[in-house]
Amino acid sequence: MLTLYTRRRLINALCLGISALAMLFGLIWLGWILWTLLANGLPQLSTAVLTQMTPPPNSTGGLLNAIAGSLMMTFLAALIGTPIGILAGTYLAEFGQRGWLAPTTRFINDVLLSAPSIVIGLFIYEMYVIKIGHFSGWAGALALSILVIPIVIRTTENMLRLVPNTLREAAAALGAPQWKVINLVTLRAARAGIITGVLLAVARISGETAPLLFTSLNNQFWNSDMNEPMANLPVVIFQFAMSPYHDWQSLAWAGALLITFSVLSLNIMARVLFRQKSTTY
Amino acid sequence: MPTFLREVHMKRHNLLDILFRNVTCLSAFAVLVLLIAIIVSLIIGSLPSIKAFGFQFLTSAEWDPVMDEFGALVPIVGTLVTSAIALLIAIPVSFGIALFLTELSPRWLRRPLGIAIELLAGIPSIIYGMWGLFVFAPLFADYVQPWLIEKLGPLPILGPLFQGIPMGIGVLTAGIILAIMVIPFIASVMRDVFEVVPTLLKESAYGLGATTWEVMWHVVLPYTKIGVAGGIMLGLGRALGETMAVTFVIGNAHQLSASLLMPGNSISSALANEFNEAVGKLYTSALVELGLILFLITFIVLSLARYMLYMLTKREGSTS
Repeated sequence: MLTLYTRRRLINALCLGISALAMLFGLIWLGWILWTLLANGLPQLSTAVLTQMTPPPNSTGGLLNAIAGSLMMTFLAALIGTPIGILAGTYLAEFGQRGWLAPTTRFINDVLLSAPSIVIGLFIYEMYVIKIGHFSGWAGALALSILVIPIVIRTTENMLRLVPNTLREAAAALGAPQWKVINLVTLRAARAGIITGVLLAVARISGETAPLLFTSLNNQFWNSDMNEPMANLPVVIFQFAMSPYHDWQSLAWAGALLITFSVLSLNIMARVLFRQKSTTY
Repeated sequence: MPTFLREVHMKRHNLLDILFRNVTCLSAFAVLVLLIAIIVSLIIGSLPSIKAFGFQFLTSAEWDPVMDEFGALVPIVGTLVTSAIALLIAIPVSFGIALFLTELSPRWLRRPLGIAIELLAGIPSIIYGMWGLFVFAPLFADYVQPWLIEKLGPLPILGPLFQGIPMGIGVLTAGIILAIMVIPFIASVMRDVFEVVPTLLKESAYGLGATTWEVMWHVVLPYTKIGVAGGIMLGLGRALGETMAVTFVIGNAHQLSASLLMPGNSISSALANEFNEAVGKLYTSALVELGLILFLITFIVLSLARYMLYMLTKREGSTS
């Protein structure tokens, strides 16, 4: 018969052990997935991947047009989404103390933050693709920019709230009007955090497949015209991985490796950047 | 400075102030417009299907593009079942991870482990799908599914869930992959809410002789239960809308089956697979209506999640 004390200690040890196992469980998947990517993707990586176009089935080629398309659309999406996100985030943090608009926006923004991205693709299809009659790079960039906005709003607001009020008061006491206080003092103080938010948003959208399926679709050939269907890495990976052709599957692994490591390094970069800045304060 | 110059100066600043305020205000307003536009455009897109099928759309399991007969039951059930499996696995694991990160881990390990878990969230969903299809599903079919069929298949109540042949892909596989994907979301919310528990409360319990587990179970968890529920709902919202990972492994079959080992379909994977190939107004419109249903379900779930997390921070504000 165990004493109450021993039993409590046993339960404690058991539960804490299980918790450590849970941590291990989470890490195993990360390690396993990264290992799979390296094992399957590294042998496929070559200069051809970065210099040649996507091939027809059963022939060799690369991913150049897909990589270029992804870069262009991601860049444009960030270019469209970032200003709107920063401005709206500024409103929430600096003017949002009164009224109904700020709390409502904050709430809806938080919901949009994790809204299903495939529905965003559907929305752009209904609003834009049908109107102009064909898939296009612009439609893809628009869909991605809708994913950027909530992330940037969230981080901008959070970062502006971290700026001490004494800074604002000091600037106001010197006679600076509010737009100057915000633009030249608060936004600058929160700069590192806001850049982190933009980087995280770029990391998020560069791996997104679902919103591009109905918007930019895909393109076998080199294309720098944003008004035409545009190749992009995630959709190419999807198409090639699901295909029965061995060459295509190999390229899909190479693409998967490229995309994952760029997304993860963006993620790590964002965190390192913000950490350095926050320790200097 | 002469008075008239100062006045011009002040006027300019006032004007710029108002301008700046309105520009930011407009951007915030754009978010509301965006939400309304999404809902309205989806409703308009699904009008033909709503007119043709009415409420029957939600209860019919028919999906026949040739005959133009569509019902959403199979994908809706698929979405709900895969998400339920995901939560069943992810909740205890996330709780364990959050407990480990807040109470057990040595201080120097917390940050790297936290980043590792967040990286798990950063991996694009298409990678989960590829990994699931090419690596996980074959192993699952060889080692786990035969065991499930043999041991759990004959059981009276659970049995029907584990019938069929080990194919690797299917509803259960999709649920497991989803679980791995939502663990980081739930775990990081849990970790964050566990950290808001006042040290005083925990120390009082320790002072009375409670073990770490007892402090966790009887003090921290009751104190943060709304936040924990919010985190779970957030994970559920993610799981419901997840597309690519599910599309790879669920099997994409429009059939209703009691067995979790059989292929099925979810709303998002039906959209990803069929939308570009859909011919005819009614087919497209039925798919858009699926998207609308998905958006509304996730909207409700995510609203609840945010409301719960908001309640926790509000209480936190009033007690401290």
